[in-house]
Amino acid sequence: MLKNSATSYGWVSIALHWIMALLIFFLFGLGLYMVELTYYDAWYKGSLDLHKSLGLVTLFTLIFRVLWRFINPSPADLPGPRWEKLSAHYMHLGLYALLLILMVSGYLISTADGRAIAVFELVNVPALPWGIDNQEDIVGELHEVLAWLLISMVAVHALAAIKHQLVNKDNGLGRILKSH
Amino acid sequence: MKRLFLAGALTTAAFLSVTANAADYQIDVEGAHASINFKINHLGYSLIAGRFNTFEGGFSYDAKKQSGSTVKVVIQTASLDSNHAERDKHLKGEDFLNVGKYPTASFTSTKYVAADAMSGVMTGTLELHGVKNTISIPVQKIGEGDDPWGSYRAGFSGTTTLKLSDYGIDYDLGPSSTTVELELNIEGVKQ
Repeated sequence: MLKNSATSYGWVSIALHWIMALLIFFLFGLGLYMVELTYYDAWYKGSLDLHKSLGLVTLFTLIFRVLWRFINPSPADLPGPRWEKLSAHYMHLGLYALLLILMVSGYLISTADGRAIAVFELVNVPALPWGIDNQEDIVGELHEVLAWLLISMVAVHALAAIKHQLVNKDNGLGRILKSH
Repeated sequence: MKRLFLAGALTTAAFLSVTANAADYQIDVEGAHASINFKINHLGYSLIAGRFNTFEGGFSYDAKKQSGSTVKVVIQTASLDSNHAERDKHLKGEDFLNVGKYPTASFTSTKYVAADAMSGVMTGTLELHGVKNTISIPVQKIGEGDDPWGSYRAGFSGTTTLKLSDYGIDYDLGPSSTTVELELNIEGVKQ
């Protein structure tokens, strides 16, 4: 089924989860790679354009995902002690919040001079009408630190799911792979 | 910013006090009647321009005794502006100016040799990217006199070309882009 139920994630949530997972890993790798390219690398310019376009696609996907979460029931927590349920809950909230800040910070780097971001040369996402001094430097530092923080949190999140699947045998990973 | 300005003014004052006879001028950054611009070749096909928005300094000049002329300018490197945030971020980063480590650049004159009443060569020390080099800047005097608001002003313009590698900046921008042209337009208000 497409929508979530009290016992299972729906296909829409599952698809959103994995599409974003792929986007996030790709953006992280691309980000690390592109800043090392030199001026005469053929992909010096294209890599950044792709990073910006996919970053904004991820932002729009995140917004849709959060809306979808609000109009859907959440499946029951996996069995476990209270601290585990709470930390899983806060990890999910933290991932959403961090993703939002990370992608907004990326947007604020490229739009610091008032330029719009062209998403795949199809849609122009305009800059905010105001900014701060040296915005591209300040937000740039933040963007890098947050990216590493996100990937660290993703690793913990993934390890927790694997632990649930293999140790607790409560289908912790399986429920985000297949809808019942 | 205020403190910096004060520090700059004091340094300038201290520096200028050695030439007690000549008139001391403070560069008019408040009214932005001064600019520090740069120009660099892009790929061999065109020129791109940028500037430093924040700097301060002063000079000492007396038309009757030009050899005593001095100038000192301190530039805040993070104020680089090439009208493109992504490029500015790169230029201010470690590949180029590394403004976190080298927040200021400065020029301190050591000698002025006048060619005639309106031109000469200013020699001095340029500190950029933590490297100090002696450079000579051909200077044109634009003019001097009373302004309409009760002060006395004098203005100069100087242009010089810097080799980036002389300042430890070795990022490869291509064979046509190994040098940068630096232009200083300086108007001072007599103190």
